[in-house]
Amino acid sequence: MTETHFEILRAGTNSSIQDQGRKNLYHIGITISGAMDQKIFKLSNALVNNNLNEGVIEFAYQGPLLKLKNGSANFAITGNVDFNILRKNSIVEKGKCFQSYLLEKDDQLDIVYTKDSVFGYLAIEGGFKIEKVWNSFSVNTKAKIGPNNGEKFSTDEKIYLKKPEANNFEKKNIEYNNSVATTIRTVKGTNFDYFSNEAKNKFFKEEYQVTNLSDRMGMRLEGPKLDNTVNTNIKSEGLVKGVVQVPADGNPIIMFSDHGSIGGYPKIAVVITADHDRAAQLVPGSKIKFKEVDLDEAESLFKNYSKGIKGYLEKIK
Amino acid sequence: MIKNISNLGDAALYCDFGREVNEEINSYVISYFNYLKKLVEDKSIQGITNLSPSYNKLIVSFDLSITNFQKIKNKIETIKILNNEKKKSKKIKIPVCCEEKQALDLVPLSKKLKISPEEILNLYFKKEYFCYMTGFIAGMPFLGDIDETIRVDRLKTPRVKVPKGSVGITEQFCNIYTFESPGGWNILGNTPIKIFDKTNLNNPALIKPGDKVSFYKITKEEYLNWND
Repeated sequence: MTETHFEILRAGTNSSIQDQGRKNLYHIGITISGAMDQKIFKLSNALVNNNLNEGVIEFAYQGPLLKLKNGSANFAITGNVDFNILRKNSIVEKGKCFQSYLLEKDDQLDIVYTKDSVFGYLAIEGGFKIEKVWNSFSVNTKAKIGPNNGEKFSTDEKIYLKKPEANNFEKKNIEYNNSVATTIRTVKGTNFDYFSNEAKNKFFKEEYQVTNLSDRMGMRLEGPKLDNTVNTNIKSEGLVKGVVQVPADGNPIIMFSDHGSIGGYPKIAVVITADHDRAAQLVPGSKIKFKEVDLDEAESLFKNYSKGIKGYLEKIK
Repeated sequence: MIKNISNLGDAALYCDFGREVNEEINSYVISYFNYLKKLVEDKSIQGITNLSPSYNKLIVSFDLSITNFQKIKNKIETIKILNNEKKKSKKIKIPVCCEEKQALDLVPLSKKLKISPEEILNLYFKKEYFCYMTGFIAGMPFLGDIDETIRVDRLKTPRVKVPKGSVGITEQFCNIYTFESPGGWNILGNTPIKIFDKTNLNNPALIKPGDKVSFYKITKEEYLNWND
């Protein structure tokens, strides 16, 4: 076996390949999937000269331990991630996020954990030798959709790289400030008026805590119960990323990348696109408040968000 | 016809066709869906990333870096649907096992409705259902309408894991869980057959909107030895 590849010595808790996600398949129940934090996913690709939508390895909490077999690779890790490079001469190099590195044959990359955050990304120059399914690399482990049979990576698996050698390696890095969100901005949902005045007030004033029933599908929150005065069920209808649904128990659930395409609980609010990434990074136990903005504000906040990404991309060039 | 268009968040349009659920309204939803799907495929509209038809709503998702709510709304308002979609309906029969291990909610449901488990199943098996939409998880059909006497709400707290193949009811509808998934429907049994085949890339879903579906009861032995 002389092809350049990673041997997975430890898979980590939830490591899978992701990209921007799938399009135009909601109508048969195939959801968007894709990187939970789209911003730092794109930046990981940019740091290794990739197309911004190349497939990368997303990991959550504990990341993988990978050994490079044959060749060499240019990689970058984004997020708030503790990682080490174990060089073959036994030297341990402490890794820095948002910076590209050259990994050589038999070096190991030990992605220890994500600090005060959930998701991190590993991009390799040239990408991985993995076939897209329905035009996307993204894996949806709940629906078993995507490459690798829709499964996350497991120990002893091999991941092949498209580029056998990292020629002309040039270090790239940016200063990135990982901040933890305490406020999540939303616009009113289509069932906002199903809730009592008291519930509407509570939703925007009081704190909600992220529970450990949170994953790529959705994030269950706990806090003041939201009292529904009209109907705790609606006729099932489409969902989108960011929708905040409230089932009859009164606790809100935020929909994320692997959310069901359809749902039947009232939608009290929708997280604005500019805050999807920040919300996805909240660890269980985090306390947040929801803030209401209108559609115009949401659109201009998205422009700022895009400008932010553009600014980083220009610095990387 | 569309009664109202509003925004669902900042990157989706919520087209409301009314409150009722019936084949007539649903076929308008499907007509708009097909019309927009064609525009997307022909690239004569920019920025639409997903179309999600349901009983009486159509959600149009878009890429906020390409377009916005007002632009897509203006476009949709110019669409005139003249001919309501005629359904090509296929008839599909689904085997279901209703033993205790499969029918997770049959006993509590019987207590709640004060109808015997046998009678609930009789009423469920005797009707033919119309497929309004597919979704939630890949290929899950939303079928209706079930007998009025066995209609109930969703579970108060949804299950974290509903087994693959589970058949459930809520309100006037019934469905089939094509994968293990979280969910809040009342589970009456389980089917051994494959409703969604992801290896069939061009036609993965067995049941499509407009199809007619009925269920029939099988024994535990038939269930365990089923060859799809």
